[in-house]
Amino acid sequence: MSLFNVFNIAGSGMSAQSVRLNLTASNLANAESVATRPEDAYRARNPVFQSVLDDASAASVRTAGVVESGADTEARYAPGHPMADEDGYIFASNVNPMEEMANMISASRSFQQNVEVMNTSKELLLRTLRLGE
Amino acid sequence: MSDKIFGIHAQALTLRAQRTGVLAANLANADTPNYKARDVDFQAVLGAEAASRDVSLQRTNAAHLGSGGIGGFDDVTLKYRIPSQPSLDGNTVDEQAEKSEFASNAVRYMASLSFMEKRVSGLIRALREE
Repeated sequence: MSLFNVFNIAGSGMSAQSVRLNLTASNLANAESVATRPEDAYRARNPVFQSVLDDASAASVRTAGVVESGADTEARYAPGHPMADEDGYIFASNVNPMEEMANMISASRSFQQNVEVMNTSKELLLRTLRLGE
Repeated sequence: MSDKIFGIHAQALTLRAQRTGVLAANLANADTPNYKARDVDFQAVLGAEAASRDVSLQRTNAAHLGSGGIGGFDDVTLKYRIPSQPSLDGNTVDEQAEKSEFASNAVRYMASLSFMEKRVSGLIRALREE
């Protein structure tokens, strides 16, 4: 395995983390979405990461899937709302903004870490290429 | 030939590059459930390599390649790290520890590399007619 492999690994980490960031953005954007029926309400989405064995020694990461949060959606009594059902309820999403913010910070830190790994490997490679000059 | 010029550093560099990959994989999988952090037992692998350097394949022709110095280490066995703070999702990557190992690995890679650079420039200076 050469240093070039590090680019694949760090790259896979970056794309996995960007999927996570994307989902966090989508969750935060839909935090205030409402629906008429509880099953139509927006549910927070989260990625599931899985490691993929490239060869015997290194594993990159991939997004195996996206799961929707099973937490209860919130029923709000708002009879004047145009989306309200016959009982006067609307159903808000089950997104927890605090959780999403923490998720976002964690994802961006992990992303940065992968960028640093990639930069260091790039420097090592470039330096090796100049060997003997 | 490269063995004689660079000594153990050629092997060390290959192993360092391999270890960079393993540490990068640990960092990339920092959020993967059930991923177990792994590492190369550098001293054991390179120590075994250094010990085996006294024993070489018998060459019946000068053009035959030697046994060492080609490709990477195929038989590098990775060991699992002992987690300092086990987490609920089964992931054993300690990002800080991995990061510091990664940095130290990169510096040591550089050290081997600058040794080789000095060796090359020394040889070139010896070859040059003044």
